[in-house]
Amino acid sequence: MILDFPQLISQWETLPVHVFTAHEKGEILTIGAGTASGAVSGAIQGTASGAVTEHWKWPEQSNVDLSMDWKKAARITAGIDVGSVSSQAVVLLDGKLYAWSSVRTGSSSPDSALKALNQALKNTDLTLEKIPYVVGTGYGRVNVPFAKKTITEIACHARGANYMGGGTIRTILDMGGQDCKAIHCDEKGKVTNFLMNDKCAAGTGRGMEVLADLLRIPIQEIGPLSLKVEEEPPPVSSVCVVFAKTEAIGLLKSGWPVEKVLASYCLAMAERVTALLNRIGVEKDFFITGGIAKNIGVVKRIERILGISALNSALDSQIAGALGAALFANALLEKEERGKS
Amino acid sequence: MIANYGYTDGSGEYYISINTSFCAECQTHPCISACPQGVFEMITDDYDEPACSVKDSFRKKLNYTCSTCKPARKSSESPLFLPCVQACVNRAIKHTW
Repeated sequence: MILDFPQLISQWETLPVHVFTAHEKGEILTIGAGTASGAVSGAIQGTASGAVTEHWKWPEQSNVDLSMDWKKAARITAGIDVGSVSSQAVVLLDGKLYAWSSVRTGSSSPDSALKALNQALKNTDLTLEKIPYVVGTGYGRVNVPFAKKTITEIACHARGANYMGGGTIRTILDMGGQDCKAIHCDEKGKVTNFLMNDKCAAGTGRGMEVLADLLRIPIQEIGPLSLKVEEEPPPVSSVCVVFAKTEAIGLLKSGWPVEKVLASYCLAMAERVTALLNRIGVEKDFFITGGIAKNIGVVKRIERILGISALNSALDSQIAGALGAALFANALLEKEERGKS
Repeated sequence: MIANYGYTDGSGEYYISINTSFCAECQTHPCISACPQGVFEMITDDYDEPACSVKDSFRKKLNYTCSTCKPARKSSESPLFLPCVQACVNRAIKHTW
């Protein structure tokens, strides 16, 4: 709907609108939404500062082991984990970690898969054409066009966690972007029991992103900040992302400091996922994968509730699914080669 | 492998638990046809083994889908009254509610 100026002025306080500002190349810089007056003021504030900071955005990462030479490898395999919030790619040389990346998932799963792989290989001269076996996993696994096989993220996380934390791991908690999984595995990383809650985003990375945006705190700082409370507050009563957001606004208005609100939300999230874990039981050793494993505020609270510590790994917890997929690819390629000889 | 399909919501926990290690030995898979709602299907799992699974389309509404079989079972009666539980000779299927 396009209004002329007198119409806009007359409906200024109540009209629901979105206001966009753009620079000369046409790229949207700021967005204001709400009533007409609020939206315009939001957009103007954004323009004044140059661009709106999106606090939920976690940094994309990649790494390559330059001490390894892919040209000498007998088997090159890759795993792509296209999640609802992030996508990861892992490249293995003869079953050993060579390169990996973690990027934000866009609106197209095939593009996100390619973006993740290109990011992982950006400092190498290895290309997709030279990787004979790619396994796709995660929420968007069926949309990885260059994957030879797809495997569920449950099996891949178990396999990846087994590589990252060793054969003693028996319980894995994967806290993903929009779902949560409790997994039991054997010494080889084979799944023996699993439970998944994908009905709502409570206790997931997306919930944390919403909170980061609401409180205007970079998502990486939420965990450490939430631990700065002297006394643990009660958890927010609802972990439903929509209601928890409303509750957080109410708590801030009632005078709670930001750290206390964060502690309350992290505790609610920890209680939610431990309830899921307790359904299948927790056996030592315990390992956490997924983006939330990087949130020390949630991890410490889970450990306290369960009474056990999670194993640490030098590798990024977020790549466990892609790593597991790449390990599956390595085993499948080996099997294929054995079949041919 | 024990696979738990379902969800927890404000009204309770609704999971169907299947011990798929029995599925490889089972030749007839009577659980598939026993369910009047067609909740189950046979799949090949990630380890290339046959496994009974709850269809994706039912996983988030089990409380409602299974309700047609539930009223007939009084709480004092055996859970075996459920057609899917009864059909599996290995007793590999369990409901949490």
